Amino acid sequence: MHNLTIKQMSEKLHAGEFTSVQLTQHYLDRIAKYDAELNAYITVTPELAIQMAEEADKKLADGSAELLTGIPVAHKDIFCTDGVKTSCGSKMLDNFIAPYDAHIVTQLKKVGMPILGKTNMDEFAMGSSSESSYYGATKNPWDHQAVPGGSSGGAAAVIAAGLAPLATGTDTGGSIRQPASFCGITGIKPTYGAVSRFGIIAYASSFDQAGPMTRSAEDSAWLLNAMAGFDERDSTSLEREKPDYTAELERSLDGLKIGVPAEYFGEGLDADVAKVVKTAIAEMEKLGAEVVEVHLPNKDLAVPSYYVLAPAEASSNLSRFDGVRFGYRCEQPKDLTDLYKRSRSEGFGEEVKRRIMVGAYALSAGYYDAYYLKAQKLRRMVRDDFINAFQSCDVIMGPVAPTPAFKIGEKSDDQVSMYLSDLYTIPVNLGGLPALSVPAGFAQNLPVGLHIVGPYFSEAKLLNIGHQFQQVTDWHTKTPAQYQ
Amino acid sequence: MSWEVVIGLEIHAQLTTKSKIFSGASTAYGAAPNSQACPIDIGMPGMLPVLNQAVIGKSILLGLALDAEIGKRSVFDRKNYFYPDLPKGYQTTQFEFPIVGQGKLEIELEDGTKKVIGVTRAHLEEDAGKSVHGLEQGQTGVDLNRAGTPLLEIVSDPDMSSAKEAVAYAKKMHELVQYLGICDGNMQEGSFRVDSNVSVRRPGEPLGTRAELKNINSFRFIEKAIEIEIERQIELIESGGTVVQETRLYDAENDTTRSMRTKEDANDYRYFPCPDLLPVIITDEDIEAVRTTMPELPDAKRTRFVAEFGLSDYDATVLTGSRAMAEFFESVVGLTKEKDVKLCANWMTSGFSAALNRDGLSVTESPVSAEMLAGMIERILDNSISGKIAKQVFEAMWQGEGTADQIIESRGLKQITDTGVIEALVDEVLANNLEQVEAYKAGQTKMLGYFVGQIMKASGGQANPGQVNKMLVAKLK
Repeated sequence: MHNLTIKQMSEKLHAGEFTSVQLTQHYLDRIAKYDAELNAYITVTPELAIQMAEEADKKLADGSAELLTGIPVAHKDIFCTDGVKTSCGSKMLDNFIAPYDAHIVTQLKKVGMPILGKTNMDEFAMGSSSESSYYGATKNPWDHQAVPGGSSGGAAAVIAAGLAPLATGTDTGGSIRQPASFCGITGIKPTYGAVSRFGIIAYASSFDQAGPMTRSAEDSAWLLNAMAGFDERDSTSLEREKPDYTAELERSLDGLKIGVPAEYFGEGLDADVAKVVKTAIAEMEKLGAEVVEVHLPNKDLAVPSYYVLAPAEASSNLSRFDGVRFGYRCEQPKDLTDLYKRSRSEGFGEEVKRRIMVGAYALSAGYYDAYYLKAQKLRRMVRDDFINAFQSCDVIMGPVAPTPAFKIGEKSDDQVSMYLSDLYTIPVNLGGLPALSVPAGFAQNLPVGLHIVGPYFSEAKLLNIGHQFQQVTDWHTKTPAQYQ
Repeated sequence: MSWEVVIGLEIHAQLTTKSKIFSGASTAYGAAPNSQACPIDIGMPGMLPVLNQAVIGKSILLGLALDAEIGKRSVFDRKNYFYPDLPKGYQTTQFEFPIVGQGKLEIELEDGTKKVIGVTRAHLEEDAGKSVHGLEQGQTGVDLNRAGTPLLEIVSDPDMSSAKEAVAYAKKMHELVQYLGICDGNMQEGSFRVDSNVSVRRPGEPLGTRAELKNINSFRFIEKAIEIEIERQIELIESGGTVVQETRLYDAENDTTRSMRTKEDANDYRYFPCPDLLPVIITDEDIEAVRTTMPELPDAKRTRFVAEFGLSDYDATVLTGSRAMAEFFESVVGLTKEKDVKLCANWMTSGFSAALNRDGLSVTESPVSAEMLAGMIERILDNSISGKIAKQVFEAMWQGEGTADQIIESRGLKQITDTGVIEALVDEVLANNLEQVEAYKAGQTKMLGYFVGQIMKASGGQANPGQVNKMLVAKLK
């Protein structure tokens, strides 16, 4: 059951070959069997899942079902879910049960998608390995010694291990695409504003964007159809007609102009990864695409810019966690200052505290111009690089990450090295552009993703390219031996 | 050597919107604690602000009234600091790009001199909640009903040089925001809050260090607080001390100001543009659309009342004291068929205003409507009742006994104008006062008043005084 595509799964549900309850139970059984080792879920919600599956079966029976009705989903634990713990991977919110649903949770509930549970993640989405979770590191299903990537590492792992057919993630600096690459799955970060941020616990508001994490591009297109769309509760939500993201899947790649930036294949890129990416681009050429050289001269400014701006926003976004109204509160506070200091010192992990400190510093009087404003200028330069490049190509391709999944613990003491693992994904967030990661091969026996970046609102085109690539390759169907 | 006083005011005007600036929760005053705080106001995780568009038009209206630049692109910023009544750990406000830029307001002092006070800017922001002390031993409660209430912070230039000027400016602004209908002006409920920045210097020298006087909720106390703060600063400097930049609270009981916090405790607010909100873009068309809704402003109304109605400056000033008063007056004038503006004005400034003051009511709370007052004035003008009887009728209307006509009818107060009835009354009084009649005829003409009084008394106050007078004079010839 868990090796079917979403479309096949839907057809079988509609044909009555199995029920949503059976399908959901199948995944719950696999979670029970595998997740103790993998640690990809923070919370599993079997009762809720079955109850929702029963309702979905009614819809399937009475003919009101849509394509995704009855297909279970796992939400990243950053999405508020009514009545279910939403921890954001933090001790700070270990006791937090949201009294409302995030917009995308509402959307998927409306369609009738049973919720399997909430997936593990780096604390407050700050990290590239899912090791900073209060609930412990998630393992990479391909190699339990390796990280699944982050911050949506739990989501990537549950898809790779067949512990959910579909998952939701968020991507602030690469948090959908890098774990997708590390775990051999497909993930897309849509254009900023395409998916409502309502109910997503904010990390860096001007970057945060939710998207699907699935086995194939086709599956992502179906899930994105359900997630995207204007929401008046998010002022940065784009008020435009929602496209059908599956509409272009079958289009030929004939004449597609692929920009390949030479800068992306320089120092720091693992040779095996480079080979996988180049082979994948060559495959695209066989499908009728044409490669042109483009330049992104300011790409090295992206990581420094991001690591000023994202922490600056985070330092403010995370101020609400003060021990006063919800979340963790220290024992026996002596006075107000003690309440603040200890609640936050004890409730937040190291990486979160580091970024709050960095962000507060960058915004402080006397440093604002030198750091925050300067970083905003760099952000515009990086975005303009893309806009210029897209004048001579339709999409840009390159690696998602410089290496395959690294070992658990390998980079946890070296933050700069960890930050640099996002050097290909971060520029896309600075520009607010959409980008896709599709499985493209293996390096050192670990999956490697191909990064496809497009102009604003080109999601349907990116998914079309991913889908066409997946018609002639089978990397996306590969599963780790022990999870087959 | 003399001292020069420099005062600038920061006024927080709460905008009259039904819901909060970034959420749909109600802004009504006085609800049970935290009953009007939704997840957005509480700063719950994942919640996002959405701007209440109603605040934009209200801000533009003020900008136009102050002849100010309107910010075509204003930006919301976050002012970061920790406090229990500040749920998100930051206040959403406008820092670098306010919605209203440089403008001005003309004030008039008691001696009639006029002075133009610059208005630096006015920006939109959300109010904080409030801490409630003393609920339980050693504990402080937080009420977030007020959190997210829309405020327009109006910042003046440091153009005022006395407490009197400062209060004149504050009063003028208070009148203006109410005229514009953007703020209810209720100072007791905190809808209009005035913070005063006060400093002193020797003429020609650079600005002195200022102290800020906060949370004073009456114009009288603002004036007193500024005056004693000026005295305190001068005494301090003259005795060799230096003024420190600080916030001071006015203690009305002891008539002193005392330090609340000094600049050393001041936060670094780490302002930056709020990434959850888009810049507010205002077009020329938007501004023109608001301009068409601009009500007549107090100064223009006063001038018109003098020119159009021939009222005295005093009456015009009283009648334009609030927009509600002026509108009530104009309704009354409009509703009376026979125009006697002076009579309408007299009733507004005396009987009507006195009753409001006595019962502590505002114009809009008056139990006597403009229709009712006009109806009564009509009866005075058509001689149905005398001015004296009208006072009785007005009081009865005030007590809810009905319209003037109903009261005149039920109490039998209709004026006697029947010549035969009046003649009988005159004859009766003259017959009973033969001595006085003789005295009158001997030249004591002021006896006339005595006769009128007697006749009116005999008629129960209902005889038409004019007719009585006429007939008396004729009979006494």
